[in-house]
Amino acid sequence: MLVNQFLFLAALLFCIGVYGVIARKNAVLVLMSIELILNAVNLNFIAFALRNGNADGHTFALYIIAIAAAEVGVGLGLVLLIFRNRRTISLDDLSEMKG
Amino acid sequence: MIAAAEALQALSSGWFLEHAWLIPIVPAIGFAIIILFGKKLPMKGSEIGLLSMIASLVLAGGTAMQWIDRVGSGAEGQFIAPVVRTWNWWQIGGMNFTIGQSIDGLAVIILVVVAFISTLVQLYSTEYLKGDRRYTHFFAALTLFSAGMLAMVIAEDTILFLLGWEIMGLCSFMLIGHWWEDGANSRAALKAFFTVRTGDMGLLIGIAMLYFASNDWTTENLGVSGFSIRGISAWALSGEPNSTVILIAAVALFIAAIGKSGQFPLHTWLPDAMAGPTPVSSLLHSSTMVVAGVFLVSRLYPVFFTGFDIMGPGGNFIMIIGAITIVIAAALAFVQNDIKKVLAYSTVSQLGYMMLGLGAGAWLPAVFHIFTHAFFKACLFLGAGSISHSASHHSFDMKKDMGGLRKVMPITFTTWIISTLALCGVFPFSGFFSKDEIIDNVGNNGYQMFMIIGLIGAFMTAAYMTRATYLTFFGEPRGASAGEHHDEHATAHDAHDSHDSHDSHDPHAAEHGDHGPHESGWRITLPLVLLAVLALSSGFLNATPFGEKWERIKTWVEPRAEEVMETAPGGPGASNMLALPTAEEGASKSPCGSKTPEKGVCYAPKLDHAKFKWSKAMLSLGIVFLGIALSWIVSTLLYTRKDKRLVGLTERNGVLRAGYKLLINKYYLDALYEKVIVKAVAGPIASAAYWFNQNVLDGILHAVAGVSRVFSGWVYRNIDQRVVDGTVNNSGKATKGAGGVLAPVQSGKVSQYGALLFSAAAVAALVLVIINS
Repeated sequence: MLVNQFLFLAALLFCIGVYGVIARKNAVLVLMSIELILNAVNLNFIAFALRNGNADGHTFALYIIAIAAAEVGVGLGLVLLIFRNRRTISLDDLSEMKG
Repeated sequence: MIAAAEALQALSSGWFLEHAWLIPIVPAIGFAIIILFGKKLPMKGSEIGLLSMIASLVLAGGTAMQWIDRVGSGAEGQFIAPVVRTWNWWQIGGMNFTIGQSIDGLAVIILVVVAFISTLVQLYSTEYLKGDRRYTHFFAALTLFSAGMLAMVIAEDTILFLLGWEIMGLCSFMLIGHWWEDGANSRAALKAFFTVRTGDMGLLIGIAMLYFASNDWTTENLGVSGFSIRGISAWALSGEPNSTVILIAAVALFIAAIGKSGQFPLHTWLPDAMAGPTPVSSLLHSSTMVVAGVFLVSRLYPVFFTGFDIMGPGGNFIMIIGAITIVIAAALAFVQNDIKKVLAYSTVSQLGYMMLGLGAGAWLPAVFHIFTHAFFKACLFLGAGSISHSASHHSFDMKKDMGGLRKVMPITFTTWIISTLALCGVFPFSGFFSKDEIIDNVGNNGYQMFMIIGLIGAFMTAAYMTRATYLTFFGEPRGASAGEHHDEHATAHDAHDSHDSHDSHDPHAAEHGDHGPHESGWRITLPLVLLAVLALSSGFLNATPFGEKWERIKTWVEPRAEEVMETAPGGPGASNMLALPTAEEGASKSPCGSKTPEKGVCYAPKLDHAKFKWSKAMLSLGIVFLGIALSWIVSTLLYTRKDKRLVGLTERNGVLRAGYKLLINKYYLDALYEKVIVKAVAGPIASAAYWFNQNVLDGILHAVAGVSRVFSGWVYRNIDQRVVDGTVNNSGKATKGAGGVLAPVQSGKVSQYGALLFSAAAVAALVLVIINS
């Protein structure tokens, strides 16, 4: 089945993304990993849209792409400001939220 | 009169016609190879670019041969069906998007021109950009550009058309800003990109409108989607479309053409685009890319024909824009000292002629003018590049660094003169046969006013080109071309135009900087000579003065405006089964364009052709010679003899001074765009938003806050203190206990949060799977 291969790829991408979010210390790399996760989801949507033969999945994927772009814009803006203030973007040094 | 027996003739086809889609694929693959491996190749990728363009040229040549055979195999007056092949590209919902080729006469003629000029420009660039630091990238972008243009030309559907169009826009940006270290160059690239983008919105809107308006009709009658150019053409001529819808669609598409083809008022990017290397100016901004807008109009001509009521009484939008462009651009060319800018404005002006022709129903002359203009304009630009490369130390300033070059650069001079005469429209050079045809047909179709504007344009063209030629090749050598030393040139560097700043990027500038002006190498002169030969001879392919036998381009390119019975839509085999209407209908004047087809469909409107008369040609030739002579006399007096009555006249006479200032400032259009429009967006609108924020929104907020403060005071005293606090205090104690246990989880470390989030999600997913199974 053709759809299975898409789903396997999506799962693989998702796992890589999750690993990146958890293991990476660099904020930019974490953002990139989040992109991977989002695109894994996109791939799932497209694959199921292909199987079901309707356009809903495509619509979702387009929305996700647009929102992901906005998210990265905000995220990079945050990273830039953090870097200006702290001269670092290592996530280990940013633990003011410690309860 | 067509007999019914002749009507059903099978059209020939062939391998090249069936495989014309390979023409853009080859340079696209070439681009990929250059960008991936170019730097490791012995000639830094330029050999791949050149080879892929030669392959494209061979394929395009074969396609042209077989198309001519195909035209010959049809009966006289028979509609020559284009060779169509389509593939499914992608599916979404119930819609199928196809991609494919549609080869007809218009596609063939442009394919040949683009492939030929691209090949010559690549050859020229190997010499011109030798040692450039981004040599490989330059060839990659140049090759991708050709792929985009060729894809646009063969496009069967508007989607592929849009794709090619946008690829060209991107490559144009990359190539204008090739020397981006200089701020002026990257500004020019941005300006070109944004201006063209402004127009591109129109293309997108137009394509979407045409799709939604025509899809039902085309699906039902022809079995193609509303993206198919053939389908749209037939729909536009079917009498079906709502006149408002098709008018708006045509306006939207024409705005795209205005942006891409540098028509008034979006022409301002084209002269600035000369900041790119000269081969780029030659290929993109004179002979091929800028005709994309003209190509758009000629490709979707039925839409414009119906939408703007072409051939109807009175001028239409296309003609007016074209006529304005001819005159204002030609006027601007008089005050430029930069040789490339003169040529750039000349290009804008010539594109105005093409638009004028299309708007007036002179479809074939306009397309033929694309063909001839490509050769002589490419030759002029490459000639300007040759001068700057070998004679004027990379300067393009005619007044400072040129003059008297005819003796040292005989080949460049000869080719320049031939192309200039072709541009001016002197018999028997190629420009005469195309430009004069446009002017003649505009008058013949009843637009006398516009014909006079065309003649004025011809006069101005002759005059400014004579001025440029005089300044460059005659008189005394000045500045760099007089052999002034490179060091002196460097001190005067700041005063020069932005172009010459790139000699600092060119490590081998010093090599030939030591000796004076000389002729360029064979890789520069060979393209010049080939183009000059074509500038001289290509007009004879459609030499109307010598009778019908000479009108070859008309036979090959112009679609026959006949009603076609569409029996089996789509597919190359199906095209053989197309039939003409029965004899008595076919014998009468073709109804296409003038009235609704009754039985079949029309793919092209019926257009009239002017009868050639030497008397009319003599009038325009006389005007051209007058322009040349007048300009020659003024140039001699002004630039060589320094006649006291003429030198400084623009400062002494008030009217002339005002006119000169207007032209030097390019009608203040740049100032309008940058100072007024951009500032209107950045200034007042922003401060209005700020005012609204400060006064209106904050006012509401303050009022709301005041009311709620009074209310909350009452709530605080009565409810909060007595009822709530009791509850909260108790629950607070409980929470504190729990918080103490959970506090370590709030480590402040993002990755731990992430791990928690994903493990929670994994547990939830597991639960879901178990529940569902």
